Amino acid sequence: MIAEAGLIALWLAASMAFLQFAICAIGLVKGQEEFFTAIRPVAIAQGVLVALSFLLLVWLFVRSDMSVKLVVANSVAIKPLIYKISGAWGNHEGSMLLWIAIMGVAGACIGIFERNLKTKTLVATLGAQAFISIGFYAYLLIASNPFERIFPVPADGQGLNPLLQDIGLALHPPTLYVGYVGLSIAFSFAVGAMITRDVGPEFAKAMRPWVLGAWVFLTLGITAGSYWAYYELGWGGWWFWDPVENASLMPWLAATALLHSVTVLATRDGLRAWTLMLAVVAFSMSMIGTFLVRSGVLTSVHAFAVDPERGSFILALLALYIGGAMALFALRVGSVKEGSQFEPVSREGALVANNLLLSAILGIVFIGTLYPLFVEGMSDEMISVGPPYFNLATGPIALILVAIMAAGPLLRWRRDSAKALMNRISIPVFLTAAALFALVLFTTSMSVLSLLGLALAAGIAVASFAPLWKRNLRRTPMHTYGMIIAHFGIAVALVGMASETSFTEEKLVAATPGDEIMVNKWKIKFEAIEPVAGPNWTALEARVTAQYENEAIHEIAPQNRMFASAQMQTSEAALLTRWNGQLYVVLGDSDDQGRWQLRIWWKPFVTLIWYGGVLIALGGLLAMIGRLRRAGRQKKQRAYAEAMI
Amino acid sequence: MNRWLLWVPLVVFGIFFAVVAAGLIRPKDNIIESKMIGKPIPEFSLPAAVEQRPALSVADLATGKPQLLNIFASWCVPCIAEAPQLLELERAGVQINGIASRDTPQDIANFLNRWGNPYVRIGTDVRSVVQLELGSSGVPETFVIDGNGIIVHQHVGDIRKEDVPELLEILENAG
Repeated sequence: MIAEAGLIALWLAASMAFLQFAICAIGLVKGQEEFFTAIRPVAIAQGVLVALSFLLLVWLFVRSDMSVKLVVANSVAIKPLIYKISGAWGNHEGSMLLWIAIMGVAGACIGIFERNLKTKTLVATLGAQAFISIGFYAYLLIASNPFERIFPVPADGQGLNPLLQDIGLALHPPTLYVGYVGLSIAFSFAVGAMITRDVGPEFAKAMRPWVLGAWVFLTLGITAGSYWAYYELGWGGWWFWDPVENASLMPWLAATALLHSVTVLATRDGLRAWTLMLAVVAFSMSMIGTFLVRSGVLTSVHAFAVDPERGSFILALLALYIGGAMALFALRVGSVKEGSQFEPVSREGALVANNLLLSAILGIVFIGTLYPLFVEGMSDEMISVGPPYFNLATGPIALILVAIMAAGPLLRWRRDSAKALMNRISIPVFLTAAALFALVLFTTSMSVLSLLGLALAAGIAVASFAPLWKRNLRRTPMHTYGMIIAHFGIAVALVGMASETSFTEEKLVAATPGDEIMVNKWKIKFEAIEPVAGPNWTALEARVTAQYENEAIHEIAPQNRMFASAQMQTSEAALLTRWNGQLYVVLGDSDDQGRWQLRIWWKPFVTLIWYGGVLIALGGLLAMIGRLRRAGRQKKQRAYAEAMI
Repeated sequence: MNRWLLWVPLVVFGIFFAVVAAGLIRPKDNIIESKMIGKPIPEFSLPAAVEQRPALSVADLATGKPQLLNIFASWCVPCIAEAPQLLELERAGVQINGIASRDTPQDIANFLNRWGNPYVRIGTDVRSVVQLELGSSGVPETFVIDGNGIIVHQHVGDIRKEDVPELLEILENAG
């Protein structure tokens, strides 16, 4: 009965969404404000029901209920509990249910916590949110019911895609989805504000924590996804510009721009129309990303759930929501008053530059991702756009962007002088120049981009702490610390990327047990090859010892795994992490003479890429907490002042 | 700001919509066609897969008479579905050569005992090296080779009942 209960909860949640939309529409059109009090409880009920529905699906997976079609297709009774749980969203239907569940819960959170917005804007926001939800409910209930039963009941399931059977990927989709859905809230806020023409600092302050939260999750999701691809796919790279990766990067770029422009709106009441536009674009990018990954319209290294019929359904939803919001934007934004003005050399000016550069990168990634599809449509030729295009096109812009990032926080709001800025930024500029000089002198064969990247990283690492200069550290607000840490994280990640690109050493050898291989300062010995077995796989495991200079000897064991349930082979790379980099060993096939292919990489400072990602997210989190606490304090003070009167 | 600029996002989205809608409507052509069609078979020589049949090399395929070259494997389910059609082609007098891909002698022998053995020669391609050289991306796949050892036709996937007359005709024309 669990499956039926889940389905009923889903239907009820859908009807709540419908009710929520109706309250908003009737209330706003007829001007009957007494309707409005009902919208918060309805939003909360919708959130609870859809969360319940999702939890019931998870429960079905935990119990390995093989009478449910989705469980059969994506689970096996013998696999570890954590992967049974993650199996619930490691597939098309389940992940869509997860999406709508997060959206419902977020709507409930607005209903419970949001006190900054004017009632009318709040109602319009929740109405827009419900309108989006209705499409997704329809999609789930009509086109991909996750609770469908199967008869006769099979003895066991077909298993989860072995590539997904990994802790990183178990947590990766929910993280990204929270980010995507957080952007849906920003989108609803923007639509709500466009309907009621209520765009100003209050609106920006209400929207900002949601954008920050979404951005933190997107950052974590992308970082985790990159690390997963790095160690699980066994090819040693950390970013491939694959359409699926781009699908998560594009909303992140838009959200990063939005995050900065919403600050201008909240603090200086500027960039009104632009902020609205970015809120619409950011969520559009999440939906377009989901569509590209789910519809099979693009071919990708890890394309899954290829299904044009479902693709058409999501595309129709896209047209309705994104097209609708953009039309609304074009019609309404003219009547949104222009905000405050500012000089080009000012904090606002830097943030505008930041926004334009981020938008340019977004445009480049967008075009590069869709270009193959476009060419295929025009002619019968198949082409692919790969890392060379993306690196070359985005790299220089990204470097200019980080340079501006160093200067921006040192500028005053409204107007500043270029001379004063040069004074403030002289130390970082000097450091960058010195680093550049040293690198040119002491290294060989570095590409210009990584050369500049490393040198700039040295400068911005220092510049990011410059806002603390001559300030009382204990009275500096938490969100300033958040910004500092996030910007410092960019420097850290940049060092990792540039040094991985420039200094990686690679060896591909055909080795027999007993062979010794030198890579950089590593002495690697191939000891033996042995069969091993896990819960639902068997593997060939190489026993390898590795020694860095004269330090202690480590044992590592790269594997070639065969999964019983899916007839699929994965290679489990063995990683050895030192403070200054990572040794990465992959076991390949054997040849006729009993030699085994070993692929060995020494990647200096590669881990900084992901540490940087985590720092960036941490900075966002601190900023969000700081903002929320400050808003709470101000509200208390207001209440106190009112009580005094 | 110019009024018409406000419509730019919608126009961009409209283009996106048109492109992907076209992409969705167009039927996906997932068949990977070999670049070897029209060219001579690449040089290769494979050891015999089973005791009952001789080994296979390029020299056996350019004999003046058109033949079939069928890539199969004991672990491949569509190959079982294809087996009756291969037997029918054999009865029609077609010479069929086999390449067993990524397989063991014992498994191949079992497969042939169970589903029939239409092959004149069978080479064993343990690492699918020859298969890749032929431009074949999966099993089963069948190539039609003319008397001079030129590949004239590629059939991707299992041969169904309705494919048999077509294959016979191509063989006829190749002769």
